[in-house]
Amino acid sequence: MRHLTPRAAISGIGELKPQRRTENVATMDMLMRVSAEAIADAGLTADQVDGLLVGPQVGETPQHVPAAVSEYFGMMPTMSNVVDLGGASGHGMIWRAAAAIAAGQCETVLCVIGNHRNPIPPRAANRNPAREFDTPFGASGANTSYALLMQAHMAAYGCTPEDYAQIAAGARANAQLNPMAIFYGKPASVEDVLASPLVASPLHLLEIVMPVAGADAVIVTTAEKAKQGPHRPVHLLGAGEKITHRAVSQAPNLTSGPLKPSIARALDQSGLGIQDVDFLSLYDCYTIMVAATIEDAGLCQPGQFGAWLRDNGGMGHTAAKPINTHGGQLGFGQPDLAGGMTHVVEAVRQIRGTTGARQMKKCDTALVTGNGATMSEAVALILGGAA
Amino acid sequence: MTDLSELKVPGPIFEPLNTPFWDSAAEGVLKIQHCQSCQSHVFYPRPICPHCWADALEWVAVSGQGQLKSYSEIHKPGHPGWASIAPYVVGLVRLREGPTLLSHILTDGQAPRVGAPVDFAPTRIGENTLPCFRLAKDMT
Repeated sequence: MRHLTPRAAISGIGELKPQRRTENVATMDMLMRVSAEAIADAGLTADQVDGLLVGPQVGETPQHVPAAVSEYFGMMPTMSNVVDLGGASGHGMIWRAAAAIAAGQCETVLCVIGNHRNPIPPRAANRNPAREFDTPFGASGANTSYALLMQAHMAAYGCTPEDYAQIAAGARANAQLNPMAIFYGKPASVEDVLASPLVASPLHLLEIVMPVAGADAVIVTTAEKAKQGPHRPVHLLGAGEKITHRAVSQAPNLTSGPLKPSIARALDQSGLGIQDVDFLSLYDCYTIMVAATIEDAGLCQPGQFGAWLRDNGGMGHTAAKPINTHGGQLGFGQPDLAGGMTHVVEAVRQIRGTTGARQMKKCDTALVTGNGATMSEAVALILGGAA
Repeated sequence: MTDLSELKVPGPIFEPLNTPFWDSAAEGVLKIQHCQSCQSHVFYPRPICPHCWADALEWVAVSGQGQLKSYSEIHKPGHPGWASIAPYVVGLVRLREGPTLLSHILTDGQAPRVGAPVDFAPTRIGENTLPCFRLAKDMT
């Protein structure tokens, strides 16, 4: 056991309500608003923030992103950078913030990510190998990639469409307890999921996140300073990261991903076993992602996630191990790259005990996973509430 | 059903490094890179070998035989140019020589399955002849 003494903690969170469309609002404005919320939530003022981590693709600002955001926010941080790990970007910020604090470069880091969504999003010129070698054959971005991953998983283990569909239905059920969620008031059963149109076999429409505008922000500071804040500090107990490829054709394994070693490292640092973790906040761009993550976390044998979920009593806040109580991105909506950060924010809320109707009976520890590109960029975090 | 050659879809982006792949396929020969130092076959094209980092890559013809690692029937294409032939099949083809590439799969009415053998089948898609693959005749 290599239990590290927690030196960093999350002391503030902010989250904008997702919107299907935004008009006349720049990403910078959304980032500033959500940052103000997180700073106030931490009981701080902006001048006490001396570190700034931001996501890539800040709409109108392709270059010099940290400087542009700092200037816009009126900040002069002593540590700033872009974290570009797709859906794992938010998670990647959390441990990098802790590392920068441990390195003595700053004390309080604002981690902020989000994007606007105008009626016609720009299609940037993209010269990565996936565009060069997949697109000409009719591959269609992430949907095709995750369909290929799901088909390989089904073929390897004989899992059924119902096994995967229960993840989408469970996410929708959880969203019914989150008024912020884009699918609040719109539940969907397993039958509804399987009756929705096939987009790319074996993926049905309701197994795919809905893109929305939105933003999330998190304040990471020293464990000492977090004690002075208004909320129960949420310590970073462990982190793990792994990047294996970009295009799905180059994946070393189609049925298990880089979250497997990332989760193992994060657990090892925390000194916890997976069974010790109260809450699972699992990145869910598609149903297959949750299935693979349950298996990669060692909660069951490969191919057994369907039976495991049924034994778990589903995904709700009263399940044996609740999963994605905010609705997950499948129920909450995917606010671009901030989608991953929604999993961090919900874990902080559960550990604080502030989720209201969906509050777990006991939540002191959480596994939070982030995933980017084609099950190829992974970050796992273990969060724990202060005693 | 529209003929593949009539599609108006994004084609390859030609540049010096990848042109041998596209040009040879259009001429009916599947070529990928091979490292003369570590003997690995390499796809997609690189300036140096990503396995051993030797500056020793050469273009070689390969068997054109492969196996379907996975596939998807695309019902709602991301690019509208493909809509007229949907649903169509794309798949991950593991070449006998090792590397995997994503390609368009010609099924001739057969149902694809993971593990099925496929063969190189250069096919005109829009303005270019591309290295597609065809499901081998089912012998079972």
